[in-house]
Amino acid sequence: MLIRSSDSGFVHPAASDITPRVVFESRRTLLQHMAAGAAGLTLAGWAARDARAQMKGAGVLPALASVPSTLPGAQTMDKPTSYKDATTYNNFYEFGTDKSDPARHAHTLKTRPWTVEVEGLVKKPGRYGLEDLMKWGTMEERIYRLRCVEGWSMVIPWVGYSLAELIRRVEPQPGAKFVEFVTLADRATMPGVRGGVLDWPYVEGLRLDEAMHPLALLAFGMYGEVLPNQNGAPLRLVVPWKYGFKSAKSLVKIRFVDKQPVSSWEQAAPQEYGFYSNVNPAVDHPRWSQATERRIGEDGLLAKKRKTLMFNGYEAQVGQLYAGMDLKKYF
Amino acid sequence: MRLWLRTRPAWWALLALGLLPLAWLVWRTFTDQLGANPAETLIRATGDWTLRGLCLTLAVTPLRVQLGWPELLRFRRLLGLLTFGYASLHLVCYAWFDMGLDWADIVRDIPKRPFVLVGSLALLLMTLMALTSWNGAIRRLGARRWQALHRSVYALAVLAILHFWWMRAGKHNFNEVWVYGLILAALLGWRLRRWWMKDHRA
Repeated sequence: MLIRSSDSGFVHPAASDITPRVVFESRRTLLQHMAAGAAGLTLAGWAARDARAQMKGAGVLPALASVPSTLPGAQTMDKPTSYKDATTYNNFYEFGTDKSDPARHAHTLKTRPWTVEVEGLVKKPGRYGLEDLMKWGTMEERIYRLRCVEGWSMVIPWVGYSLAELIRRVEPQPGAKFVEFVTLADRATMPGVRGGVLDWPYVEGLRLDEAMHPLALLAFGMYGEVLPNQNGAPLRLVVPWKYGFKSAKSLVKIRFVDKQPVSSWEQAAPQEYGFYSNVNPAVDHPRWSQATERRIGEDGLLAKKRKTLMFNGYEAQVGQLYAGMDLKKYF
Repeated sequence: MRLWLRTRPAWWALLALGLLPLAWLVWRTFTDQLGANPAETLIRATGDWTLRGLCLTLAVTPLRVQLGWPELLRFRRLLGLLTFGYASLHLVCYAWFDMGLDWADIVRDIPKRPFVLVGSLALLLMTLMALTSWNGAIRRLGARRWQALHRSVYALAVLAILHFWWMRAGKHNFNEVWVYGLILAALLGWRLRRWWMKDHRA
């Protein structure tokens, strides 16, 4: 008989509660020191390779400098997913519905020149160039968990700054209650847009206070490099407490509106995908359970799936945004 | 060609061919070449090969009749059993690698994903056919009853497509469902037409 306990071994206190901040922030430095020879050659080589492999890209794309984020929740201690897995297994329907399609087809995407149109209820609407946008905030490295609605998850070191920085700069008018994100839909370079899976362009939305939350990230890079095409180059949204599809890729338009936008998945299947789409193990997708997830690359073939955490483990940071809301109704 | 099809080596060649996809999957499993989500890759690959095997098995009779090659009949049982093998592996991969052999989880999963139930039902039909696939079973059941049981392969084809369609409905991605659906529809349609013609000739 299998004896099971409710402790999955996964829910622990934040590392910052146990380890002095200085020590845990220098974790990777420690690994490098091990590599320098203090812990014996074999272990050192292994540790150095491990530290590099976890946090570095393939070296093909230009580097994107950043400082480690000090924001609470922005430095998860989970082991980052390998760059290879993070760049060859993902959803980007504009390039096909299979998770290997984006890596195969996204090379056609042209990311320069690139502009983002800011419109709607803002005091400073306009068409802003990518180079300008990249200067609007200090580039931070943030290691976030990413939970796909399909039941798998990764840990990705993103590079970018809080979306709130952009929002403050364009100055929303008092009537703005929601932010709508429109992504590129180019029939010439995106084979998926020629098919009819969703209505293009892909649209996502956030409540203004969600968008202003410091954890909501405007990402320009990952693994210390600029974003690969298949992961949403040249800039994308990363909202770590929501299912991955809320984090719209290859943004071309940011609109400030007074009414709740209808996201593409809501439009395609309103009974299955709600506007909020917060990660919530207690609210299942109508067709599958959301209680557990498979961590890509880490769990072996025979390992059990891990328990999904409320708000993907960011409850302490974002829980108050949803205080008093019935999350079964507003799924 | 037809003479060779009657030989023993032809049967062995088909068996070897039929086990190649399995060998390829085992090789990739042990050399870590299954991609980012090995469990998913294995579940999908064994499911795909079950569908392909089903199409091939159901193609034997139309080919035999249209070409006038009776020797093809020798391969039907082997193809059917290979298909059953891949279907069983498909279930094992699901229960073991996806669900971690946690029966409570599986029981909870089935009402959530009814296509799992459809697939299980299809596998049950296949098991009945596999268990009665030997010559002695035909004698014991009687040819008529045996044939009636083995005609459940048509229901099986419908269940298999329903299972696949339901699974793919999650992503609104029906391209491959159409391909397998049309092939199986053509193979079943050929039989319907033959029965209809027989009835009207009589």
